[in-house]
Amino acid sequence: MIPISYYLLLSAILFSIGVFGTMIKRNMVTIFMCIELMLNAVNLSFVAFARYHSLIDGQVFVFFVMAVAAAEAAVGLGIIVALFRNRQTLNVDEADLMKW
Amino acid sequence: MELAIFLILSMIGIASALNILIQRHPIYSALSLILTFLSLAGIYIQMQAEFIAVMQVVIYTGAIMVLFVFVIMLLNVKAEERVPNKLIGMRYVGIPLSLLLVTALGLNIFQSFSGQTLRVSDVSTSGLTGNTQSIGKLLYTQYTLPFEVTSILLLVGIVGAIIMAKKEL
Repeated sequence: MIPISYYLLLSAILFSIGVFGTMIKRNMVTIFMCIELMLNAVNLSFVAFARYHSLIDGQVFVFFVMAVAAAEAAVGLGIIVALFRNRQTLNVDEADLMKW
Repeated sequence: MELAIFLILSMIGIASALNILIQRHPIYSALSLILTFLSLAGIYIQMQAEFIAVMQVVIYTGAIMVLFVFVIMLLNVKAEERVPNKLIGMRYVGIPLSLLLVTALGLNIFQSFSGQTLRVSDVSTSGLTGNTQSIGKLLYTQYTLPFEVTSILLLVGIVGAIIMAKKEL
Protein backbone atom coordinates (compact mmCIF):
# COMPACT_ATOMS: atom_id res chain seq x y z
CA MET A 1 0.00 0.00 0.00
CA ILE A 2 1.09 3.55 -0.70
CA PRO A 3 1.57 5.73 2.41
CA ILE A 4 -0.89 8.61 2.67
CA SER A 5 2.03 11.02 3.05
CA TYR A 6 2.93 10.46 -0.61
CA TYR A 7 -0.49 11.61 -1.73
CA LEU A 8 -0.38 14.60 0.62
CA LEU A 9 3.10 15.52 -0.56
CA LEU A 10 1.98 15.40 -4.20
CA SER A 11 -0.97 17.59 -3.24
CA ALA A 12 1.34 20.05 -1.44
CA ILE A 13 3.70 20.22 -4.43
CA LEU A 14 0.86 20.87 -6.88
CA PHE A 15 -0.64 23.51 -4.57
CA SER A 16 2.72 25.29 -4.25
CA ILE A 17 3.19 25.25 -8.03
CA GLY A 18 -0.23 26.88 -8.28
CA VAL A 19 0.68 29.53 -5.69
CA PHE A 20 3.98 30.22 -7.44
CA GLY A 21 2.31 30.53 -10.83
CA THR A 22 -0.27 32.92 -9.42
CA MET A 23 2.59 35.09 -8.14
CA ILE A 24 4.88 35.16 -11.19
CA LYS A 25 2.52 34.94 -14.16
CA ARG A 26 1.29 38.17 -15.69
CA ASN A 27 -1.28 36.71 -18.05
CA MET A 28 -4.79 36.67 -16.60
CA VAL A 29 -5.77 33.35 -18.21
CA THR A 30 -2.65 31.59 -16.93
CA ILE A 31 -3.21 32.92 -13.41
CA PHE A 32 -6.73 31.53 -13.61
CA MET A 33 -5.38 28.14 -14.67
CA CYS A 34 -3.02 28.14 -11.68
CA ILE A 35 -6.02 28.73 -9.39
CA GLU A 36 -7.70 25.68 -10.95
CA LEU A 37 -4.52 23.72 -10.25
CA MET A 38 -4.71 24.71 -6.56
CA LEU A 39 -8.34 23.54 -6.38
CA ASN A 40 -7.28 20.20 -7.87
CA ALA A 41 -4.49 19.80 -5.32
CA VAL A 42 -7.04 20.24 -2.54
CA ASN A 43 -9.31 17.68 -4.22
CA LEU A 44 -6.47 15.17 -4.15
CA SER A 45 -6.08 15.71 -0.39
CA PHE A 46 -9.82 15.23 0.10
CA VAL A 47 -9.85 11.91 -1.77
CA ALA A 48 -6.69 10.70 0.00
CA PHE A 49 -8.15 11.45 3.43
CA ALA A 50 -11.50 9.88 2.47
CA ARG A 51 -9.62 6.71 1.57
CA TYR A 52 -7.48 6.91 4.70
CA HIS A 53 -10.45 7.14 7.02
CA SER A 54 -12.56 4.69 4.96
CA LEU A 55 -15.27 7.34 4.67
CA ILE A 56 -16.99 8.48 1.51
CA ASP A 57 -17.80 12.01 2.74
CA GLY A 58 -14.54 13.41 1.38
CA GLN A 59 -15.52 12.41 -2.13
CA VAL A 60 -18.87 14.19 -1.72
CA PHE A 61 -16.93 17.34 -0.82
CA VAL A 62 -14.81 16.92 -3.96
CA PHE A 63 -18.09 16.94 -5.90
CA PHE A 64 -18.99 20.30 -4.32
CA VAL A 65 -15.52 21.71 -4.98
CA MET A 66 -15.90 20.74 -8.63
CA ALA A 67 -19.28 22.50 -8.84
CA VAL A 68 -17.75 25.65 -7.31
CA ALA A 69 -14.80 25.43 -9.72
CA ALA A 70 -17.14 25.16 -12.69
CA ALA A 71 -19.17 28.21 -11.58
CA GLU A 72 -15.94 30.10 -10.86
CA ALA A 73 -14.52 29.27 -14.30
CA ALA A 74 -17.69 30.48 -16.06
CA VAL A 75 -17.87 33.79 -14.15
CA GLY A 76 -14.10 34.35 -14.20
CA LEU A 77 -13.77 33.81 -17.93
CA GLY A 78 -16.76 36.14 -18.41
CA ILE A 79 -14.87 38.80 -16.44
CA ILE A 80 -11.74 38.17 -18.52
CA VAL A 81 -13.70 38.57 -21.79
CA ALA A 82 -15.31 41.79 -20.51
CA LEU A 83 -11.94 43.17 -19.37
CA PHE A 84 -10.29 42.28 -22.67
CA ARG A 85 -13.06 44.03 -24.57
CA ASN A 86 -12.47 47.24 -22.58
CA ARG A 87 -8.67 47.27 -22.37
CA GLN A 88 -7.42 45.09 -25.26
CA THR A 89 -4.92 43.40 -22.96
CA LEU A 90 -4.72 40.43 -20.60
CA ASN A 91 -1.78 41.72 -18.59
CA VAL A 92 -2.78 42.02 -14.93
CA ASP A 93 -0.43 44.98 -14.46
CA GLU A 94 -2.61 46.99 -16.86
CA ALA A 95 -5.76 46.38 -14.80
CA ASP A 96 -4.79 48.22 -11.62
CA LEU A 97 -7.59 50.79 -11.46
CA MET A 98 -8.73 49.66 -8.00
CA LYS A 99 -5.22 49.25 -6.61
CA TRP A 100 -4.74 52.54 -4.74
CA MET B 1 3.73 -2.19 -8.92
CA GLU B 2 1.11 0.01 -7.30
CA LEU B 3 3.79 2.38 -6.05
CA ALA B 4 5.44 2.46 -9.49
CA ILE B 5 2.16 3.46 -11.18
CA PHE B 6 1.60 6.15 -8.56
CA LEU B 7 5.12 7.52 -8.97
CA ILE B 8 4.84 7.60 -12.77
CA LEU B 9 1.47 9.38 -12.63
CA SER B 10 2.66 11.89 -10.05
CA MET B 11 5.84 12.59 -12.04
CA ILE B 12 3.71 13.28 -15.14
CA GLY B 13 1.45 15.51 -13.03
CA ILE B 14 4.28 17.52 -11.47
CA ALA B 15 6.19 17.85 -14.75
CA SER B 16 3.17 19.10 -16.66
CA ALA B 17 2.25 21.44 -13.77
CA LEU B 18 5.76 22.94 -13.98
CA ASN B 19 5.35 23.17 -17.75
CA ILE B 20 2.37 25.50 -17.14
CA LEU B 21 4.80 27.98 -15.59
CA ILE B 22 7.55 27.48 -18.17
CA GLN B 23 5.40 28.02 -21.25
CA ARG B 24 4.84 31.63 -22.30
CA HIS B 25 1.80 31.11 -24.50
CA PRO B 26 -1.43 30.36 -22.56
CA ILE B 27 -2.58 27.68 -25.00
CA TYR B 28 0.45 25.51 -24.18
CA SER B 29 -0.19 26.11 -20.48
CA ALA B 30 -3.79 24.98 -20.96
CA LEU B 31 -2.70 21.79 -22.71
CA SER B 32 -0.22 20.97 -19.92
CA LEU B 33 -2.93 21.61 -17.35
CA ILE B 34 -5.14 19.06 -19.15
CA LEU B 35 -2.31 16.52 -18.81
CA THR B 36 -2.07 17.29 -15.08
CA PHE B 37 -5.83 16.74 -14.68
CA LEU B 38 -5.65 13.42 -16.55
CA SER B 39 -2.79 12.15 -14.39
CA LEU B 40 -4.79 13.13 -11.28
CA ALA B 41 -7.73 11.18 -12.70
CA GLY B 42 -5.43 8.15 -12.97
CA ILE B 43 -4.44 8.57 -9.32
CA TYR B 44 -8.13 8.76 -8.34
CA ILE B 45 -8.80 5.49 -10.17
CA GLN B 46 -5.91 3.94 -8.28
CA MET B 47 -7.52 5.09 -5.01
CA GLN B 48 -10.77 3.38 -6.12
CA ALA B 49 -12.60 6.71 -6.39
CA GLU B 50 -14.07 5.93 -9.79
CA PHE B 51 -16.84 8.52 -9.65
CA ILE B 52 -14.40 11.32 -8.84
CA ALA B 53 -12.06 10.15 -11.60
CA VAL B 54 -14.86 10.23 -14.17
CA MET B 55 -16.02 13.64 -12.90
CA GLN B 56 -12.43 14.87 -13.16
CA VAL B 57 -12.29 13.91 -16.82
CA VAL B 58 -15.81 15.05 -17.68
CA ILE B 59 -15.98 18.33 -15.74
CA TYR B 60 -12.37 19.51 -15.62
CA THR B 61 -10.87 18.38 -18.89
CA GLY B 62 -14.16 18.14 -20.72
CA ALA B 63 -15.92 21.34 -19.65
CA ILE B 64 -13.65 23.78 -17.81
CA MET B 65 -10.55 23.36 -19.96
CA VAL B 66 -12.59 23.47 -23.18
CA LEU B 67 -13.96 26.78 -21.92
CA PHE B 68 -10.41 28.01 -21.26
CA VAL B 69 -9.17 26.96 -24.70
CA PHE B 70 -12.25 28.53 -26.26
CA VAL B 71 -11.62 31.86 -24.52
CA ILE B 72 -7.90 31.79 -25.42
CA MET B 73 -8.81 31.20 -29.08
CA LEU B 74 -11.60 33.78 -29.00
CA LEU B 75 -9.43 36.55 -27.56
CA ASN B 76 -6.46 35.66 -29.80
CA VAL B 77 -4.11 35.88 -26.82
CA LYS B 78 -0.47 36.58 -27.57
CA ALA B 79 2.45 35.05 -25.71
CA GLU B 80 3.72 36.94 -22.69
CA GLU B 81 6.45 39.39 -23.60
CA ARG B 82 9.83 39.05 -22.05
CA VAL B 83 10.03 42.76 -21.19
CA PRO B 84 10.82 43.52 -17.56
CA ASN B 85 7.68 44.62 -15.78
CA LYS B 86 7.33 46.36 -12.48
CA LEU B 87 6.72 43.12 -10.60
CA ILE B 88 9.84 41.31 -11.81
CA GLY B 89 11.10 41.17 -8.23
CA MET B 90 8.18 38.89 -7.43
CA ARG B 91 10.08 36.05 -9.10
CA TYR B 92 12.96 36.30 -6.66
CA VAL B 93 10.62 36.48 -3.70
CA GLY B 94 8.23 33.87 -5.08
CA ILE B 95 10.68 30.99 -5.64
CA PRO B 96 12.02 30.92 -2.04
CA LEU B 97 8.54 31.41 -0.61
CA SER B 98 7.10 28.54 -2.67
CA LEU B 99 9.99 26.27 -1.70
CA LEU B 100 9.41 27.26 1.93
CA LEU B 101 5.72 26.39 1.55
CA VAL B 102 6.54 22.94 0.11
CA THR B 103 9.10 22.26 2.84
CA ALA B 104 6.79 23.35 5.65
CA LEU B 105 3.87 21.31 4.31
CA GLY B 106 6.09 18.28 3.62
CA LEU B 107 7.67 18.31 7.08
CA ASN B 108 4.26 18.55 8.71
CA ILE B 109 2.91 15.72 6.56
CA PHE B 110 5.81 13.42 7.34
CA GLN B 111 5.68 14.21 11.06
CA SER B 112 1.96 13.54 11.25
CA PHE B 113 1.45 10.65 8.85
CA SER B 114 4.79 8.86 8.48
CA GLY B 115 4.37 5.15 7.89
CA GLN B 116 0.57 5.22 7.82
CA THR B 117 -0.93 3.69 4.73
CA LEU B 118 -4.35 3.86 3.13
CA ARG B 119 -6.66 1.17 4.40
CA VAL B 120 -7.20 -1.87 2.26
CA SER B 121 -10.88 -2.23 3.12
CA ASP B 122 -13.47 -0.96 0.68
CA VAL B 123 -14.46 2.67 1.04
CA SER B 124 -18.18 2.01 0.81
CA THR B 125 -18.88 1.11 4.41
CA SER B 126 -22.65 1.46 4.17
CA GLY B 127 -23.11 -1.92 2.56
CA LEU B 128 -23.82 -0.48 -0.87
CA THR B 129 -22.02 -1.80 -3.89
CA GLY B 130 -19.84 0.63 -5.77
CA ASN B 131 -18.43 4.03 -5.24
CA THR B 132 -20.98 5.98 -7.31
CA GLN B 133 -23.94 4.46 -5.53
CA SER B 134 -22.56 5.33 -2.09
CA ILE B 135 -21.86 8.94 -3.12
CA GLY B 136 -25.35 9.29 -4.59
CA LYS B 137 -26.94 7.87 -1.45
CA LEU B 138 -24.98 10.26 0.76
CA LEU B 139 -25.67 13.22 -1.54
CA TYR B 140 -29.43 12.78 -1.28
CA THR B 141 -29.62 11.99 2.45
CA GLN B 142 -26.98 13.66 4.58
CA TYR B 143 -25.86 16.36 2.15
CA THR B 144 -29.19 17.37 0.61
CA LEU B 145 -29.01 21.00 1.70
CA PRO B 146 -25.48 21.64 0.32
CA PHE B 147 -26.53 19.88 -2.87
CA GLU B 148 -29.51 22.21 -3.32
CA VAL B 149 -27.40 25.27 -2.44
CA THR B 150 -24.96 24.16 -5.16
CA SER B 151 -27.74 24.39 -7.71
CA ILE B 152 -28.40 28.00 -6.65
CA LEU B 153 -24.67 28.71 -6.92
CA LEU B 154 -24.62 27.35 -10.47
CA LEU B 155 -27.67 29.45 -11.36
CA VAL B 156 -25.91 32.56 -10.04
CA GLY B 157 -22.85 31.52 -12.04
CA ILE B 158 -24.88 31.26 -15.25
CA VAL B 159 -26.51 34.67 -14.70
CA GLY B 160 -23.16 36.25 -13.79
CA ALA B 161 -21.41 34.84 -16.84
CA ILE B 162 -24.15 36.08 -19.18
CA ILE B 163 -24.13 39.57 -17.65
CA MET B 164 -20.32 39.77 -17.74
CA ALA B 165 -20.04 38.68 -21.36
CA LYS B 166 -22.91 40.84 -22.65
CA LYS B 167 -22.00 43.81 -24.80
CA GLU B 168 -24.58 46.23 -23.44
CA LEU B 169 -25.90 45.93 -19.92
